[in-house]
Formats: sequence, C-alpha cells, structure tokens
Amino acid sequence: MTEIVTKPFGTAPRFNHCGETALSVELGDTIDLETNRRVRRLFGKMRENPLHGVLSINPTYRSLFIQYDPWECSFEKLVLHLEDMLRHEGDDEPEDRTVEIPVCYGGEFGPDLPFVASHNGLTIKEVIGIHCAALYHVFMIGFTPGFPYLGSLDSRLFTPRRDTPRIRVPAGSVGIADQQTGIYSVESPGGWQIIGRSPLKFFDPHDDPPTLLRAGMKIRFRPINKDEYSLT
Amino acid sequence: MNIPSLEIIEPGPLATVQDRGRPGYQHLGVPVSGAADLYALRIGNLLVGNDPFDASLEITLGRFRAQFLRDTTFAVTGSNSSVFLNRTPIPTWRALKARRGQTIQLLQTELGFRHYLVLGGGIRVPLVLNSRSTYLRGKFGGFEGRALKAGDVLHTGPEATEPLPARYPRHLIPPYSPNPQLRVILGPQDSAFSQRGIETFITSAFSLTDRADRMGCRLAGPPIEHQRAPDILSDGVAMGAIQVPGNGQPLILLADRPTTGGYAKIANVIAADIPLIAQALPGARITFKVISFHDAREIYLHKEFAIRRFLAGDEKAEA
Repeated sequence: MTEIVTKPFGTAPRFNHCGETALSVELGDTIDLETNRRVRRLFGKMRENPLHGVLSINPTYRSLFIQYDPWECSFEKLVLHLEDMLRHEGDDEPEDRTVEIPVCYGGEFGPDLPFVASHNGLTIKEVIGIHCAALYHVFMIGFTPGFPYLGSLDSRLFTPRRDTPRIRVPAGSVGIADQQTGIYSVESPGGWQIIGRSPLKFFDPHDDPPTLLRAGMKIRFRPINKDEYSLT
Repeated sequence: MNIPSLEIIEPGPLATVQDRGRPGYQHLGVPVSGAADLYALRIGNLLVGNDPFDASLEITLGRFRAQFLRDTTFAVTGSNSSVFLNRTPIPTWRALKARRGQTIQLLQTELGFRHYLVLGGGIRVPLVLNSRSTYLRGKFGGFEGRALKAGDVLHTGPEATEPLPARYPRHLIPPYSPNPQLRVILGPQDSAFSQRGIETFITSAFSLTDRADRMGCRLAGPPIEHQRAPDILSDGVAMGAIQVPGNGQPLILLADRPTTGGYAKIANVIAADIPLIAQALPGARITFKVISFHDAREIYLHKEFAIRRFLAGDEKAEA
C-alpha cells in the first residue's frame, strides 16, 4: 500500500489507495464529532471546487472516499487538491439542522420493544423516555439509500441483535443493534431489535433531494400514538 | 422521439436495463449500480454508434429471446456466447443490422455470466437520479424498477451516428476465463490481516460460490486470518473491493454493492480485471495476483489509450 503522509495539520491526513480508481483520505481513527465535522467540511469544499475526473465523493465517519477516472485525473493531482482544500479548511459548520422524527413505539410497529426493556431491566415507558431524550448526530449516510449512522445511543439501551434476522423490515422502522440506534430508510432484511416505526418517508428516488436526512444533521425522536401515525 | 424497438419473448433468469449507474449519489447511500461488466457495455455502445454509456440490456445466463420491432443496429458484447438471429449464428463484439420481425436468441453458455444487447439509439426508460440503471433491491430505475418480463417492449432513441464497420479487435476483448486470475492492489486495510492471512490470500485458490449476484461474489477457500478484529469504522467501498468478514471468506463487491461497509478490505481488483470476475460462473476457481499501484495505473492508461486509438481509426481492426 502506497501511503503519502503529509504533516501541516493537527492530525495528518492519510491517503489510501482503494484500487487504482478510488482513494480514501482519513482524518482520524475514531468516531468523534470534530473529526466527522472536518470530513464534512472537506466534502463541502470538494463539491464547491470540483476537480475534473472525480466521479463521486462520499463522506463517512472519519474519512472521505473518492472515485476518480485515472485517465482524466491522477492520484497525485487529487492528493494535492485535497491538501489544498484542507489548508483552507475554515471552521464553518456545514450542516446543523435538527429534524424531529415522530415514532410510534411498540405494538405491531415495534415488536422488540418488550425485549429491549426486559434485557435492560427497564419498563417500556423508560425505554421510550431514554430513547427520546437524546439528541442524535447523523455521522454518515450509507449501507442502504438514506440510512443514517447515528450517535450516540444511551448505554442503558444497548441490546444485541436478534438471533434470527427478519427477512423483511418495513421502511421507517426504528431499531437498536448493540451500541447503535438507527432507522431503516427502505424496506430490507435486518437483524436489529425493532422498537417503533416512523411514518416519515426517508428515501424517495423521485424526490430532490431523494433522502430526508444528510450527514451532519441532528435528530430527535418524538413519541406519537397510532392515530397520529396514520394522520402523518 | 422514442421508438418501440424490441419486445421480450423470454427474458431468461435475469435481464435488466443498465447504463453507467449513479456515481455522484453515494453520499446519500444510493448504490452506484450500472453494468456489472462496464467495459462490455461501453464497447457495445461505441460499436453501434451510441454514447459510450447509453442504457442497454444486461442479460444473465442466456436463455433469452426477443423480437426486433424495427430495423435496428445492434451489438452483443460480453463473454463468449452462442447468439442467433433467426437461427443463424452471429458474431459478438461487432455492430450488426436486424430487420423488423427478426428474433434474437442467446443460449445458456458454459462460459460467461452476462451479456449486453446494445441497441442503436440506446434504450430509453425514465432517468431516476440521473441514470437508467435498474437497482433491483431498491425497486427503482430501469424498466419500472424491475427485471424484464415476457411481453415488455423496450423503446430506443433515434440512431444518430453510423455504427463502426469493423469487429472489435480480439486482443482488446478482456481475456474472459472459466478460472480467472485477478490482479489486485493490496489495501486499504491490508494491515488488518496477519502475514499468514495475506499469504493465504495470495497463494490459495478460492471457489466462486453460488452466492454471486450484482451486489457481489462470495468466495470459499482457506480462511484468511485477521491480525485483529475484522470490523473497521464503516467507510466507502469501491467496485472490486475484497471484504473479508470474520469467517475469513472473501467477498468481492460489484455494481449493486452498498455504499459503505464495515469489514476490512484486504485488496481491490484492478479495473481491467473486473470484467473477469463479473463474468465468472459459480464453481469458478479464482486466484489473485498482487501488483503495485503504479503497474495498475499503467495497465489502466494503456487500455484506455488502445480503446481511444481504435475509435480514432489508428488501431488495426479485424475486418
């Protein structure tokens, strides 16, 4: 693995080859807000100052993933461009909106809510209260269209995945897996403990933008009842 | 104006509309999709006079039959196959003319997984997120977000430019093989594997399991040993990335791969060899050869140079 390490920054970015048509630039080794903010600032800068030959840019927890066409743009040119963008990073907050997500907890929408409660020695009401109290940061979107990687789940709700994954988890389902909580943005198979469902649409390929959530947003869950669910 | 051009009589196990896919939407979690063998799609389009990444039909495992509804320029590319126009065998990798009413048929073959039936003017289905590719798991794009069925009628745009008169030179067609060796660049997480794990990866033969689809190819072989846990902080995943989960069995990711993954990636197949894995059938014996980034880049640039030279008319073509 060829690794070009540069020095002028607090944390030196690492440039990794992902084949000869993609690279990742890593800005840290942990899941933390400051590193994630730097990744998103770099993403914003790259979109404002596009480089010919770059096909796709994807910000993740602590790295930016870039696909490029080596005929149009060299790895070295891309590294120089990225270093330049990092040098003029600025400190603006790229995306800071808070979105409220209504969730109907338990019942047919959240069949695993009783298990999450008993596993953690809590009442169902306490689980809902703890889950709704936190402000969650969207670190990245990935895995399936519109799926948010959220931080951080209150440790009182940590619950292992289901032994047998479900073949079909409906879109909008809110779940817990180990130390994570998340929302199934599209219907898919899955092993998360499902505690509720939101009536919001998280992904629609015919919408612009196609996803409700973007990296950098903050979300808060709000409990609703079944009547409210069907009205939304 | 879009013209009805092809009616599906028998789609075979899986036929979908594909173009280059959706690069540019991965930050929203939307997979790239597109042709699994992008090279075959691109050359087919160039041969019939289309834009390089116009939408075409990706036909899986043959057993496909369709009827032309107009006089049509077309080409079939992909791995070796038996293709017939009204029961007459026809060559692949060259532009041909079909008459209205003629039937094209692809048989099931011993070699090769996917073929591209490219129609002059390109297949016209609505653009979804700037692409005509079908994403089956998401049920969007392509023909109503689904695989083609008997009776479906595909429309094309007008044929704008003359097709190339020559057959595509044999030496520029990927060396499709029933048991391909794939050239790879190590990384980006090769340091997550033990020295023994890397050696296992380089020196062993792996078998392609029947879990091979547009998302990726699961291989089976001696387990590749990790140095530490197989989990990484989820990051971006390139076409041809080789993930190794906890069971040590590699998974090569293709067109419909998720945008991010949480398993260590030991290596990445180089672009020139992606067609070889995209065309390998379950049971294929897969081996890997590690090359340097610089060699991979040379191969990429040389290949691109040869294609462009052929198009400019300076590369000797087979008549």
